[in-house]
Order: sequence, then structure tokens, then C-alpha cells
Amino acid sequence: MTRRVARVLVAFASGTLFGLGLLVSGMTRPAKVLAFLDPFGAWDPSLAFVMAGAVGVYALAVRSQPRAPLAAPLFSLAPAPRIDRRLLLGAATFGVGWGLAGYCPGPSLVSLATGGAGVFVFVAGMLLGNFMAAAAASDAHPSPPENTEALQG
Amino acid sequence: MATEFTPLPALAGGLLIGVAAALLLHGNGRTAGVSGIVGGLVRPLRGDGAWRVAFVAGLVLAGAVGLLFRPALIAPSPRPFGVLALAGLLVGVGTRVGGGCTSGHGVCGIGRGSRRSLAATLVFVATGMLTVTLVRLWGGLR
Repeated sequence: MTRRVARVLVAFASGTLFGLGLLVSGMTRPAKVLAFLDPFGAWDPSLAFVMAGAVGVYALAVRSQPRAPLAAPLFSLAPAPRIDRRLLLGAATFGVGWGLAGYCPGPSLVSLATGGAGVFVFVAGMLLGNFMAAAAASDAHPSPPENTEALQG
Repeated sequence: MATEFTPLPALAGGLLIGVAAALLLHGNGRTAGVSGIVGGLVRPLRGDGAWRVAFVAGLVLAGAVGLLFRPALIAPSPRPFGVLALAGLLVGVGTRVGGGCTSGHGVCGIGRGSRRSLAATLVFVATGMLTVTLVRLWGGLR
């Protein structure tokens, strides 16, 4: 098995586990997400536990990071520029969309399996928005392409 | 829209998400940021698409497994189509401009101690809460 095939299999396994985690956690129920985002209403703080669990495990993974990835020559992690206006404006815009629908990108893609029209409308909008923002900034690649740079975030 | 407080499934799901992200980091040297992975497919580079497609296929497969064994875990959004289209657009633009979403900033970024990701997460949770609060005060979206 070539390392390239291994990388595709790793990504598939990771995506599947990630999706199962989203399901188990309650993130694929938009009403629950909206209730998390409603601290002054009928607040459901459950989703804070999702983040706590995921961040905890990932922090351990970062500490035990091998010298090189097992199936790739280099780590290609996003560079870490400063906290700037783009970051804050983008995050603010994302939050408004998240609060309107109750979907963020991961759960919306998991929910495509239902074939429901509403989630397809959301994902179509998301792809279009991504394309428009990329075209406007002419930044073709939000995360660095495979194996081009070894940037440590 | 009251929902039940479910800390244990939430924590268990979070642990699974962490393991999935750890697998992609140790295996492929990649951040498991869903918006970034999908964004790289919008205008893909040669040889950089297959792993992204595989990750997204895994997400959809998980959804199919959920439907099969625990259909109550997936529900549609209570919002009308027009609102969903606008919301999708805002999520697409915002995650592209801001360089990440709940997974890339909220899990992986914070998990590796990035101040930038912490700032982004505080901002998107704040504007998400503001939006939900304003929608509720407005009387909902139909």
C-alpha cells in the first residue's frame, strides 16, 4: 500500500469517526445547537462538554505528536498569523450563520445523509459562500496543499 | 425550544471527535478543520483532493450509520429554506475569511494552544448567541 493510499484511508477513517462523534454528541440536532446558543433563554449547556472532551483529547495528541506524520512526509498545519481584523470579521460572520441555522460545517455534511432538502440548501449556500470569499481574496487554498510546507502552528 | 441537558453523550461524542482529529494529525499531519478541508475542494490542487473527498465521505457515511441505528440523533433544522440559504452563505464566507470553524478553531486550534483560534471561537460563539437571542426576541423565524 502506498503512503498516498494510506493517507486517503486515514482521512476516511478520521471523517467517519468525526461524524460518529458529532452524532453521539448531539451536534446533528440543530435545535440542541440553537439551545446551546441561547444562554438567556432555555439554555442547554451540553455542547460545552463536546468541546471539553474534544479539546482534551486533541491537546494530548499534540503533546505526543511524532517527529513526522505516519503516512505523510511532513506536518502541513496552518500557519499562525496574528489576530487580525479578517479573523475576527470572519468568525463573527460565521457565528451569525451558525446561530441562524443551528448548523456548522461538520454536522451539515453528516446530515446530508438524510437527503433532507433543508440541509442541501444550507450546504449549497456554504459552498457558494466559500467560493465567493475565495474568489474575492484570490486565496485558492484555506488549508495548505499536501506536503508543500512544514509550518508549525 | 427547550432541549434536555445531556452532558455524558456530549462528552463521549467530544472524545470521539478528539480521537478522529488526533488520527488525522498523527497519520496525515493535517488539521481536522471541516471548513478548511471542504474549502480546499472548491478549487482543488492536483493530488490534493482525494483525502479531502475521503474525509467528507466518512462524515456522510457516519450520517447514514446514524440514520440506520439511531435515527433520533439526526434532526432537520427548524428554520425555513430562505433562512438556511442565507445562513449557509454566511457560514461559507465567514469560515473562509476567518480561516476555520468550530472544528478547526474550536477543537484543533484551541487544543494546540493557539490564541488566534481562542479569539475566533470566543467571537463566533458570541455572535451565535447574539443571533439566537435576537431571533427569539423577534418572535422566531417562520
